[in-house]
Amino acid sequence: MTTGIPNNDLPLMREVAELIVSSLNLEVQAQDIDPDATLFGDGLGLDSIDILEIAMVISKRYGFQLRSDNEDNVHIFSSLRHLTEYIAAQRAQ
Amino acid sequence: MNSKSAAYPLIDYPDLDRIMVYRPHTRITAGRFLVEAQRLAGRLGPAAHVLNLCQDRYHFMVGLAAAILAGKISLLPSTHTDDTLRQLFGTFPNSICLHDLPNWPHVYPQIAYPVDEVEAVVDTPAPPIPLIDSARPVVYVFTSGSTGHPVPHIKTWGKLVLNSRTAAKALGIHADPVSIVGTVPPQHMFGFESTVLLCLQGRCPIWSGKPFYPADIVAALADMPEPRMLVSTPFHLESLLDSGMTVPPVAQVLLATAPLAQDLAERAEQQLNVPLREIYGCTETGQIAIRRPAESPAWALFPGITLEADYSDGEKWLYRAWGGHIEVPIALSDRLEVLVDGRFLLLGRLADQVNIAGKRSSLGFLTAQIKAIPGVTDGVFFQPEARAGQAISRLCALVVAPDMTQAEILSALRTRLDPAFLPRPLILVEALPYNDTGKLPRAQLLALLVHHRESLKR
Repeated sequence: MTTGIPNNDLPLMREVAELIVSSLNLEVQAQDIDPDATLFGDGLGLDSIDILEIAMVISKRYGFQLRSDNEDNVHIFSSLRHLTEYIAAQRAQ
Repeated sequence: MNSKSAAYPLIDYPDLDRIMVYRPHTRITAGRFLVEAQRLAGRLGPAAHVLNLCQDRYHFMVGLAAAILAGKISLLPSTHTDDTLRQLFGTFPNSICLHDLPNWPHVYPQIAYPVDEVEAVVDTPAPPIPLIDSARPVVYVFTSGSTGHPVPHIKTWGKLVLNSRTAAKALGIHADPVSIVGTVPPQHMFGFESTVLLCLQGRCPIWSGKPFYPADIVAALADMPEPRMLVSTPFHLESLLDSGMTVPPVAQVLLATAPLAQDLAERAEQQLNVPLREIYGCTETGQIAIRRPAESPAWALFPGITLEADYSDGEKWLYRAWGGHIEVPIALSDRLEVLVDGRFLLLGRLADQVNIAGKRSSLGFLTAQIKAIPGVTDGVFFQPEARAGQAISRLCALVVAPDMTQAEILSALRTRLDPAFLPRPLILVEALPYNDTGKLPRAQLLALLVHHRESLKR
């Protein structure tokens, strides 16, 4: 899998953060999301309902479907940075 | 039939070579299921109760069967938070958890599902199918009582068998079993009845996984033979329809856990070219009625079930359900209008009940949970209307806790509640807006929420 893209792709990371905030009506500013903080639990506090909503927005915007038997799935949603990395790699294919 | 002396087979599979479970690259026959259940039964130890937390539907079924064979009762709580487990072990200290997690995160006694020994059982001949006494309690399911403690509801084997036979007839699949893909967990009553019981007692093969994303559902359906049935929730169904993916042919769609919007029902029938049915019931009663929303909003009761007006609260529209597979008469937590032909319309849930993407709780229970956190002096949960473009209306909580931060309170709540019920937002206030009669008017609660949202914009 392609790696290293998003460190140079800050606009995409910002775009993904804004997608998360707007699709979930979160009370944080997109630029305030720590790229390396967990999206679940004590981080952004997202749950599985949110993940399904985000997956929907991602499939529409970037044109690929998420699968939960993907072994990287936990990794993908572990932080904004990892999610951005995954989107960057998938949409490039 | 004398229910005291009747017995039913553990599984209704005269042909033990018949496939019971599909999983990626593996098919599991009824015979192998019996062998694995018997092996696991010998390893459950002396505990009287098995808290079956298995995520994989096959592991769950083997665990359930093993507990039955070993003379134990399976406990099926709908949430698996640390707090729920603590309370269950308080009530049922002689219990053991059965799970399929790679790492066990709790302090309670546990046994990991023995996945690594699967190969060992492949060539073991299957034992005869055991008969189980119909009067025997085999499962406790739980609701959250007003005090916050899980309240057990007993399910006996005979009633569970009757439940699945009635459902199979209502769905028209008693003579022609369907392949079932379920997105709902096996520990919830709907998932338990419409996937696990239909597999054990209705000869319907099931998909072992719990598909989550639309692409998972499509892949699972494609891996099973026709005719197929999708057992899901309005939330997952809408996500599947919105994905635009091509869905393999399904013969039935069965939904429950949350009211289905009429337009979504019609859209699903058109897009999937399939009859869509909904189940009505609750944890205490199990499924008791069915409808096809594209044809009629009215629910038809399952045979044997009776509704009886309940005037105990001096309110119209309240009913008790009994008969059929219902263990004891249960007051329903919805308002109903019963029609002359015996069918009924749902008028709405009692005000205290909430349903977030199919997960149920009550505002009273949630409020009790937040007040129980050390450092919180007062608090209340309420549910605002959904905002524009928002599929699900999340809960809101107002909390008085002078020495705590929002993050500390959320962290404490997270050990007590399913994440779906965590307040979004949790608003810290100096005092709750009680009126002269000591009540918290909804308008005042909503006003504080609006004020909070506006203060964020500045």
